[in-house]
Amino acid sequence: MSDDSGVAVLDPPVSEQAAPPPPRRKRKRHKHNLAGYGFLAPWLIGLFAFTLIPMVYSLYLSLTRFNLLTAPQWIGFENYTRLFSDERYLQSIKVTLLYVVTSVPLKLAAALLVAVALNRGLRALGFYRATFYLPSLLGASVAVSVMWRQIFSRDGLVNQFLGLFGVQGADWIGDPRYAMWTLVLLSGWQFGTPMLIFLAGLKQLPQDLYEAAAIDGAGRFTVFFKITLPLLSPMVFFNLVLETINAFQTFTPAYVISNGLGGPIDSTLLYTLYLYLKGFGSMQMGYASAMAWVLFAVIGLFTAIYFWSARKWVNYAD
Amino acid sequence: MQTKKKVHWRAHAVLIVVLVAMIYPMVWLVGASFKPENQIFSTMNPLPLSFTIANYISGWTATGTSFTVYLGNSLTVSLCTVVANVASCSVAAYAFARLDFAFRRFWFGLMLGTMMLPFQATLIPQYTIFFNLNWVNTFLPLVVPYLLAYDAFFIFLMVQFIRGIPRELDEAAALDGAGHVRVFFSVILPLLKPALLTTTILTFIWTFNDFLRQLVYLSDHSRYTAPLGLNAFVDRASGSSYGGMLAMSVVTLVPTVAVFLVSQRRLVDGVATTGIK
Repeated sequence: MSDDSGVAVLDPPVSEQAAPPPPRRKRKRHKHNLAGYGFLAPWLIGLFAFTLIPMVYSLYLSLTRFNLLTAPQWIGFENYTRLFSDERYLQSIKVTLLYVVTSVPLKLAAALLVAVALNRGLRALGFYRATFYLPSLLGASVAVSVMWRQIFSRDGLVNQFLGLFGVQGADWIGDPRYAMWTLVLLSGWQFGTPMLIFLAGLKQLPQDLYEAAAIDGAGRFTVFFKITLPLLSPMVFFNLVLETINAFQTFTPAYVISNGLGGPIDSTLLYTLYLYLKGFGSMQMGYASAMAWVLFAVIGLFTAIYFWSARKWVNYAD
Repeated sequence: MQTKKKVHWRAHAVLIVVLVAMIYPMVWLVGASFKPENQIFSTMNPLPLSFTIANYISGWTATGTSFTVYLGNSLTVSLCTVVANVASCSVAAYAFARLDFAFRRFWFGLMLGTMMLPFQATLIPQYTIFFNLNWVNTFLPLVVPYLLAYDAFFIFLMVQFIRGIPRELDEAAALDGAGHVRVFFSVILPLLKPALLTTTILTFIWTFNDFLRQLVYLSDHSRYTAPLGLNAFVDRASGSSYGGMLAMSVVTLVPTVAVFLVSQRRLVDGVATTGIK
């Protein structure tokens, strides 16, 4: 980290092209061009082969009609204009935005509440942390989605629990009014990762502010909203960006819960699911490429808005 | 003092209620997988009244292909990905953390940028590339990108870790005449072990649980991984054989939960300090 000048002084002057380059000399030119690019080569090749060239190619495909088997046919911006008259596409945007703006705050609120509750030097902290983290580790899997589907089925666990109180539960998965909310709840169930990040942040908070607040007789809510939350805002920001990007890309639970169709009546047709259906179900790969670019732009827009608004509410004290 | 103790009791009570509510579905799943079909939805009690492994026996081969094949494929893909990822990311991380070369900042920024990139943006062009290479329905599209450090997140994780290793160690080795390759293998890699372990665990679990990429690339039942096999079961079973479906869900969860149980301490600390997806 720090410049270890002591060693540099001890270094004997070495000729420019000495076989093992001396580790540290006065910063003139870049010392390790050959070794640097040697070590970087695998990543660089991968960057071009699997990210940069595919992105350019995808941009081109989005301007064509392409079904994989015949050559792409140039159609200009037709895919993009078609998107906005495609009822199912507009529905998938509606569903996805609803999912993002409900599941992300729910997940972060749960994460923050549990993290604050855990941050009191409780016994068995390690046990709590690990157990709360487990669902977010397993969360994106098919098996968990299958489990979720059974729990919310007509005679599943949730309705049996409601039955204890004499409440007749709905058919959560089969009813278009509710199917989406089972996905939101599944996302909320996976609050473990942001919780761990909040917990790490809470440990860093300066204790003197809390002591001062206690002397002033501040209540618990005041302390939380006036001290904890502002000091934690960089963590909130970090989690908000990450979880928003993740939420936009959710696929597996929607696919499993709706049998791969996004139903009932397209109520769980998340963006990525529709993209998959268009690209790989009906082989409209040009159209799906256009969808991917719109998604890319939307995520970029959200991230930009977050970074822009961060100046107003994220507190970088140091 | 006394009030403090009381507060903790209440915190424990609330946390345990939340914990039970969270864990209950998983306990129920495991219990239900050992129940006879007609008892699965009749009670909230997760413990089976009459214990049976019939669901595991019938479920294991219910799709026509054995889950032994699916699990074997999943393990193959996951372990290959782990090896590829650990090797390629550590090499790239060494370059970013220790070597001084032209445009390093530019490439580093680009690498951070790819971490934010939604994978859908490259899904279709990648597919067409692999399709033209005739790699579809093999494991190559799932593994080869990781040979070339595709997941920049792990490069970043290792760069952060290498920056914490004292440079004096590299320099001592270099004074003894070690080149970069020697320094990397005999100084950096041994000290990087904690980060390599975190990478191994997370790569394994994420790959094992991955679905969309495997769904897109694998079409033959003999190549199916465990999530695809389970999904095939769900497609087929709708309405019948819930027991087998739940049992096979448990089966596909076992490897990842086992890895989690063995490594949970390191994993939790790793996530807390690096901030993971």
